[in-house]
Amino acid sequence: MLDFQLMSDAFPKLMGGVGLTGKLSILILLLGMMLAIPIAYARNAQSVWLHGPANAYILLIRGIPSLLQVFMVYYGLGQLDFVRHSALWPILRDPFWCVIIALGLNSAAYTAEIISGALRLIAKGPVEAAYALGLSWFQTQRKVTIPLAIRAALPAYENEIILTVKATSLASTVTLMDLTGVARLEVANTYAPYEIFLTAGAIYFCITTTLSWLLRRLEQRLSLEHMKTLNPTPLQQTETVHA
Amino acid sequence: MTVFSGYGIQLLHGAVVSVEVTIAALIVGTVLGIFLGAVKTYASRPFRYAVEAYTAIVRGVPDLIIIYLIYFGSTIALTKLAGEYVDVNGFMAGVFALAFIFGAYASDVIRGAIRQVPRGQTEAAMALGLSSKVCFIKIVMPQAWRLALPGFGNLSIILLKQTSLISVIGLEELLRASSVVSGATRQPFYVYSAAAVIYLILTGVATLGLRYARKRADRGFA
Repeated sequence: MLDFQLMSDAFPKLMGGVGLTGKLSILILLLGMMLAIPIAYARNAQSVWLHGPANAYILLIRGIPSLLQVFMVYYGLGQLDFVRHSALWPILRDPFWCVIIALGLNSAAYTAEIISGALRLIAKGPVEAAYALGLSWFQTQRKVTIPLAIRAALPAYENEIILTVKATSLASTVTLMDLTGVARLEVANTYAPYEIFLTAGAIYFCITTTLSWLLRRLEQRLSLEHMKTLNPTPLQQTETVHA
Repeated sequence: MTVFSGYGIQLLHGAVVSVEVTIAALIVGTVLGIFLGAVKTYASRPFRYAVEAYTAIVRGVPDLIIIYLIYFGSTIALTKLAGEYVDVNGFMAGVFALAFIFGAYASDVIRGAIRQVPRGQTEAAMALGLSSKVCFIKIVMPQAWRLALPGFGNLSIILLKQTSLISVIGLEELLRASSVVSGATRQPFYVYSAAAVIYLILTGVATLGLRYARKRADRGFA
């Protein structure tokens, strides 16, 4: 049977790894989002020189396992002399930044797909109306397109956030002591894989479940139905335009 | 590329193992997914909740943790059962773990597809006196398959990439083979790049194959 004493002993140690898991998740999502926005715009562009490379990037990242991407950045780049002698070497030598770069580049591809899909979903009407009112391209993006796109992208992006939190467990394969890394160490010390991995799994489950609950509430908050109750007049317009 | 003269074979061998794991896990996972999808649609509440809980757990826990749990867990369980140390086959543990994950996601795809089959089909089958089992196998599933295919295709490609996670339990699939080769050649960048190309070819072929399968399944449908 399960040794509950062992599980409760391991719990605080495992919680010590949660901080790194959280830090990695946030930085990966930030990097992913920063890269994803230009990629998404390029993907929807008319010019082949823009959507070609964006599509190729997405295809490339999606075709390769993320663990291999982590290994390529962490073990692979160090082999190249020009990388070793570059100013970036102190960053690329550090497994922490390697994981963020590898998984951030990975997340960028999936996020770009979500954003470009959301941008394409937006009806032409409100955008044309904005131009007709004399708004510039940037103003239209900021005031019309992006707020509508965020609402359209949120359910899919919520999924991407959960997947990213789960993907940070790959950091344990390059010596980082995130939640999975600590769990592996504890298993090596106690040789009680059931107890330790079950506890670690339960912690992950609590994190992802809480996150998805919070995100779903945010989604409801931002939904048109909810906004209508707060501020009826301006949103009636958005609604007719949205349909 | 003289680097790969002897080691290329090792990488290709790893790629074959990756494909074998994918196919085996796909078969086991599909059977599991259909069964669980049917449970989610038809079974009584306690069974349905149990399967929902299973799906929620797989969605909420990293794949690596599930793989470790199944690999180390089964080693200990079998050792206790046998009374002596049992070395669990990495291939079997890997296939089982990936099928366990695949089945959870597949059950949702299957449930969605079953729901899309018009109700009249089941009602007609019942009116003709077919048992519910026969109705499911002969009437519902053949129609649901076509609807499930896009979702299934995505899951299969994810599965192909997930086989790389099995490297952590020592099975010499493509990623593990490349780690071994890059250790021997001290050329990790080129070796991992070669592995990436092999993965791209595999996922590309799988994507094309699935597109063809979808086109074929959609014959006769607008």
